[in-house]
Amino acid sequence: MNDGSGGELPIPADSQLKRDMPLVPADSIAGRALVVVIAIMTFLACLTAVGALLIAEASQGWRADVSREVTIQIKPHPGEDVQALVSKATEVAARSSDVADVHALSKSESEHLLEPWLGQGLDLSQLPIPRLIVVHMQTRQQSDLESLRAALTEAVPQASLDDHALWLSRLDTMADVIVIFAAALFVLMIIAMATAIGFATRGAMAGNREIIEVLHFVGAEDRYIARQFQTHFMRLGLRGAAIGGSAAAILFLAASLFSALSYSSAGGREIAALFGAFSLTAGAYVAIFVICAAIAALTGLLSRQIVFNHLRELA
Amino acid sequence: MLCFENVGLRYGMGAEVVGDLNFSVDPQSFQFLTGPSGAGKTTILRLMLLSLRPTRGTIQIFGEDASRLDKDVITGFRRRIGVVFQDFRLLDHLTTYENVALPLRVMGRNEASYRAEVVELLDWVGLGDRKNALPAVLSGGEKQRAAIARALIARPELLLADEPTGNVDPAMAKRLLRLFVELHKSGTAIVIATHDLALMDQFGYARRLVVGDGRLTVYDAETA
Repeated sequence: MNDGSGGELPIPADSQLKRDMPLVPADSIAGRALVVVIAIMTFLACLTAVGALLIAEASQGWRADVSREVTIQIKPHPGEDVQALVSKATEVAARSSDVADVHALSKSESEHLLEPWLGQGLDLSQLPIPRLIVVHMQTRQQSDLESLRAALTEAVPQASLDDHALWLSRLDTMADVIVIFAAALFVLMIIAMATAIGFATRGAMAGNREIIEVLHFVGAEDRYIARQFQTHFMRLGLRGAAIGGSAAAILFLAASLFSALSYSSAGGREIAALFGAFSLTAGAYVAIFVICAAIAALTGLLSRQIVFNHLRELA
Repeated sequence: MLCFENVGLRYGMGAEVVGDLNFSVDPQSFQFLTGPSGAGKTTILRLMLLSLRPTRGTIQIFGEDASRLDKDVITGFRRRIGVVFQDFRLLDHLTTYENVALPLRVMGRNEASYRAEVVELLDWVGLGDRKNALPAVLSGGEKQRAAIARALIARPELLLADEPTGNVDPAMAKRLLRLFVELHKSGTAIVIATHDLALMDQFGYARRLVVGDGRLTVYDAETA
């Protein structure tokens, strides 16, 4: 033996010498199981988070669309030329600078609206079916509505203006409930995920107690041991989170593609109206990235804490 | 270097496993810790390694009261102590070379700076051609030699060995003991726990710390 300085002996040029194995086994059954658990939990957390974002964005879209739409209704009375009143009301609405678009529903379109209740093939010509004019406002300002209402009352007294306030307030409530529900689901998902990852990390760490003890007895500092495990488990967490996050992103991309292809169908349009076009915004990608990074950090920090607890027991 | 005064240890509310331990280990001394199986040899070694805290008495180590040491100081002291465990405690995923180099690696030394020392020591203990072997494919004797090499590689001031020749043939046992003797000559204090009388008889100059019924009696070399 030499004096321990390492300077007296030539350094063997042994290219076959295996000497770079990490102190914590890189590949183990418990480690692979942890990666699988993290991947699944990340996938579910990303689905919940991005789903909540999509619903929130879609509900903003509904509210904006519906709140800018008002309806002029003209009830037919005997002796009056309803078509002339409709034309006049349309003209008054179109003249308003606050109105973006006006569309008067034809008699057949109005009758078509009743088909779901009365059935097809009926002669509705004898019924006094009100005529509707759909008006899209530039903005949802109460003052704009009031000036339009005043102009209509003056020009066409038989017309009434419905601003859908009651239905709109119900829609607002429903959209808020859906968004709050999605947010609550996401919080529950995060708690479940943190718990599951905590248990899985503890399980994977259990097999490494021997390593911690040996490192402890050969003079490794607690910080050194903790760093080895934190790095190892953070890598496992990153691998699992990357798999789960990528799977979620791919799923949403596929859903976006499917949604775009099926947009021409009636069902596709309804789905797009309810949930948007499934297209991931930059915010959704950021959310997936943040979830993946947080999960990897959580796994690393948990393993560090477990190492310190075990070292405290040893001491 | 190491001094036990009225040291006793009990687990929970049970009877004392060892008690009234009064002895010291001087620098550059050589002693056997002996006694029947289950007498408490391993427990005393663990007390020396500070991996167990006594329930009474005081342990002085390297001139410090062990009960007042903080963790960093204990870690520093452990780097001055080499230990051979009875069950070897080699890390299964590391090669023989990496296991032996472990004490130097955790000190933060560059791998190139200790490669030659580790390779030389592996050659000395007869594991020169097993450098890349994992513990799973080593025989019991080879594991024991690797464990001994790991304990010696940092040239400790105190070496604690628990049955270090229990799994090797007499020729290899003699060779390993020569290693302990050389280490002793270079200034390391040696404590070898064993119940092998033939082994102890080869070292008439060594003290014997005899454990029986949880008590320890010191027989100096002259009276042994």
